[in-house]
Amino acid sequence: MDFSIIFSNLDIYFEGLKNTLILVSISLAIGLIFAIPLAVLRTSKNLFVSAPIQAYVYCFRGTPLLVQMFIIYYGMGQFELIKASFLWIFFKEAYFCALFAFALNSCAYTIEIIRGAIENTPHGEVEAAKAAGMSTFLRFRRIILPSAFRRALPSYSNEIIFMLHGSSLASVITIVDITGAARIVNSRFYSPYEAFLTAAVFYMSITFIIVWLLKKLEFKWYAHLRRE
Amino acid sequence: MLNLQGYGPSILQGTILTMELCLASLVIATFLGIITAFAKLSSNRTLNITATAYTTVIRGIPDLVLMLLVFFGGQIFINQLGPMVGYEEYIDINPFVAGVSTIGFIFGAYMAETFRGAILAVPGGQLEAGSAYGMSRSKVFYRILLPQMVRHAIPGFGNNWLVLMKTTALVSIIGLNDMVRMAGFAAGATRRPFTFYLVVAINYLILTSISILILNRLNKKYSAGFIKD
Repeated sequence: MDFSIIFSNLDIYFEGLKNTLILVSISLAIGLIFAIPLAVLRTSKNLFVSAPIQAYVYCFRGTPLLVQMFIIYYGMGQFELIKASFLWIFFKEAYFCALFAFALNSCAYTIEIIRGAIENTPHGEVEAAKAAGMSTFLRFRRIILPSAFRRALPSYSNEIIFMLHGSSLASVITIVDITGAARIVNSRFYSPYEAFLTAAVFYMSITFIIVWLLKKLEFKWYAHLRRE
Repeated sequence: MLNLQGYGPSILQGTILTMELCLASLVIATFLGIITAFAKLSSNRTLNITATAYTTVIRGIPDLVLMLLVFFGGQIFINQLGPMVGYEEYIDINPFVAGVSTIGFIFGAYMAETFRGAILAVPGGQLEAGSAYGMSRSKVFYRILLPQMVRHAIPGFGNNWLVLMKTTALVSIIGLNDMVRMAGFAAGATRRPFTFYLVVAINYLILTSISILILNRLNKKYSAGFIKD
């Protein structure tokens, strides 16, 4: 094994690192922003409100991310209507398609996580809020959501790691993320061990940093549950 | 819209291959998972450290990177190994073997965590009682531990299975003719990528739905006699 190839090509990897981090953070952010209101609506008793959201979550959790990405990246070109419209400016870009697929996927998983957390709110807290005369909106803002976020944090940490790993699929549609960088190096020098092991080290480092940061956050958010 | 223009049978073939791949990897993953779970719980330090390193490393690396590493790297590795043991011809790695072994290897790590939790959930006193009756260790395992740990393992096992099934879509990237790749061929020939990838998505949805139904039934069966809390 000859890791000097890697050292002379580290700039490709750092370019890839940048793209991976951008893809993951933006898609997670978009996913979370949409997931919070949708998760609240998903707990609604009105079937016309909750059923479409449930269907969306079921479809996106039941199919592979790769296929979702292919449908968006390759599939949208099938429709002349889209090709003729301004949307095509976005859908012809691999970067946008990957981001779109990741955000939709992440949103579906996040809805399910937050919904679970909302439904596990102790009944007494909700009743107390009602007794204090809070409106539905106020109840969600003050009582239900803050404690739901706390309960959702461990599962959401998993979702972040899952998204980081899922983002490696972007390399399949020509984006140079960390995996894409490794594929370039492998095809140039035919050195799969060095190329992919380096990528693996990059991903592992990011994973451990994220896990460590989230542990710290958990420590802070669970301060009231700590026994000292 | 779902006019498959004669590509239906080839997609069906891909679907069958996907299912074979899922089941074969599941067998490997379960086997590896049980061994690793016991290694994690054993008092032998070397076993313990190896098992922990295995599960930690695997869970830190994306599936795709591991798969590419095994597929491209394994090819070179085996061809370097071949001459050493006296085999001169070029050995071509079968993508099916590469796919199954990688997916099995990855999910072995996830299964190990599930099984470890399930083993720990069985009260230790029962195992001690078993050995006090003079049962051998294997008898204690399949008479006392196994029937009770299944109940605790099924939810985690089911989750892993659903994720595993979706991961198999990645083998299309290393050139295995699963349904995603077959759909890719059909899409290239007919210029209707949306239709074909949608069909694949629906197929996956059917597979996951059937799995969820079966898992719910299994869960019910193995929870018989336990009060739901």
